[in-house]
Amino acid sequence: MAVKSMKSARNRGEVVVSSSAFSPDDIRGDFPILQTTVHGKRLAYLDNAATSQKPQAVIAAMTRYYNSQNANIHRGVYELSMEATAAYEAARDRVRQFINAADSREVVFVRGATEAINLVATSWGQANVRTGDEIILSTLEHHSNIVPWQMLADRAGVKLRVIPINEAGELCMEEYEKLLSPRTRLVAITHVSNALGTITPVQRMVRMAHAAGALALVDGAQSVPHLPIDVRDIDCDFFVFSGHKICGPTGIGVLYGRQAILQAMPPYQGGGDMIETVSFAKTTYAPVPQKFEAGTPNISGALGLAAALDYVCGIGMDRIGSYEHQLLRYAQEKLSQVKGLKIVGTAAEKAAVISFVLSCAHPHDVGTILDGQGVAIRTGHHCCQPVMDHYGIPATARVSLAFYNTREDVDQLVQGLQTVKEVLG
Amino acid sequence: MSDLRELYQEVILDHAKHPRNFHAMPDSVRAADGHNPLCGDRLKVFVQVEDGVIRDISFTGSGCAISTASASMMTEALKGKSLLEEEAIFKSFHDLLTTGSHATEDEELLGKLEVFGGVREFPVRVKCATLAWHTLQAALKGSAEPVKTE
Repeated sequence: MAVKSMKSARNRGEVVVSSSAFSPDDIRGDFPILQTTVHGKRLAYLDNAATSQKPQAVIAAMTRYYNSQNANIHRGVYELSMEATAAYEAARDRVRQFINAADSREVVFVRGATEAINLVATSWGQANVRTGDEIILSTLEHHSNIVPWQMLADRAGVKLRVIPINEAGELCMEEYEKLLSPRTRLVAITHVSNALGTITPVQRMVRMAHAAGALALVDGAQSVPHLPIDVRDIDCDFFVFSGHKICGPTGIGVLYGRQAILQAMPPYQGGGDMIETVSFAKTTYAPVPQKFEAGTPNISGALGLAAALDYVCGIGMDRIGSYEHQLLRYAQEKLSQVKGLKIVGTAAEKAAVISFVLSCAHPHDVGTILDGQGVAIRTGHHCCQPVMDHYGIPATARVSLAFYNTREDVDQLVQGLQTVKEVLG
Repeated sequence: MSDLRELYQEVILDHAKHPRNFHAMPDSVRAADGHNPLCGDRLKVFVQVEDGVIRDISFTGSGCAISTASASMMTEALKGKSLLEEEAIFKSFHDLLTTGSHATEDEELLGKLEVFGGVREFPVRVKCATLAWHTLQAALKGSAEPVKTE
């Protein structure tokens, strides 16, 4: 298929599967923002772990909803409302298909991974943990997979245990094994570290959690954009991710939960749409997933997310993953040639994230100077202060790649680092 | 690039690489901790006041070029100044970074600190430049709470 017709097909939200080698040049035109400049420079957007850019297909799906489908869902008897309901539920099924869940009722729409974890910590936590119980996390966790559990610990007297990491930024599996006990109620771990890029052995970890009689939650915020996800294969009880990191809009995310577990959990928020009947004497709740979706949901966000999943699947998650891996190797090679640069986090299994420190400059100064060169990277602790503490550093500069990034972006970064050295060296 | 040179002026880079008055002082001296959670900068400012005059001032910690240079130059600018003068200099410095408007008298007050005028073009960096100053205010007020600039 010619490049142009493929592009227009993608922009119509059609799934275009191709087995040929992936080239970002074929799809960069799909992203309006990649055509813009920053400080008069070509934009090298290398902060994809913070949020991804959006293809025209996603923007169009959301515009189409507001232009011609906008109505509230699940309640109108008129055409538009039924259409909006069908589109929203189709988006749910699109997510189900994407993560290979057994049933679309296992897909709860939330604001993002953060809300999904808070939902589980609040609802499941309230019903299932008691004083003396333990929840296992890891040093790699984003603050969003730490703080909700600390809040639960404060409320319920549950103890948090933390799996340490080694110098490469990999989880110490033998320590994990030691932490597991009959007191363990839940293991909540990230699939990919946002600060270091480490891919964790979730399948094995879930198996070990189950063997100890615990449930397992996998934070997929950083894995979903890079790896094909099969929740039944991982066999986790909960899986969470945010739409905006996989080319979707902000404000929409997913909580996957095993149906029996979700059904047994108490509601998270009360309101419209999550009830069956309401009286002042007694209210009964709607079945899942509606029980967890109080109030008018983010309908356009769900539609945008479905369009984003169509878009990336049109390219193919396998092709995205292998292209990003090549680009990661290229970037690691180029960066390791920069004198005074040290890569932080060197796990054998890594997604397209590189954290680094420069001997001559604080990450914050690196970020400011790179910005002047049109290069957008993240600097700071990346909401992972325990990871920074592990390495005894306050912050890193972080480059995170997406499939629309090119070698040219990496070269622009390396060139920018030369400027950092000229200015600060 | 010109904006960057404006931000990272030679004198700022010099203080960032070779901070002055960069040491701790005994426990008997007033001190406060400052933290910028955005970039992880952590400073501690020590100040010894006698008869309303800053007799000695120093700092420790780690931070970016802007926050380190600002702390270093602050200690140089304020040593020997009265608390009233300190207040006036801080106000002028703050105005320089936030509004950019300053009168001739401010220029006299600020002296070398004028080099931080370039920070105004980088709004997210203003907090780096003011961290040490806010921390000093806390030390002078004897506040036990660490200062946060976010």
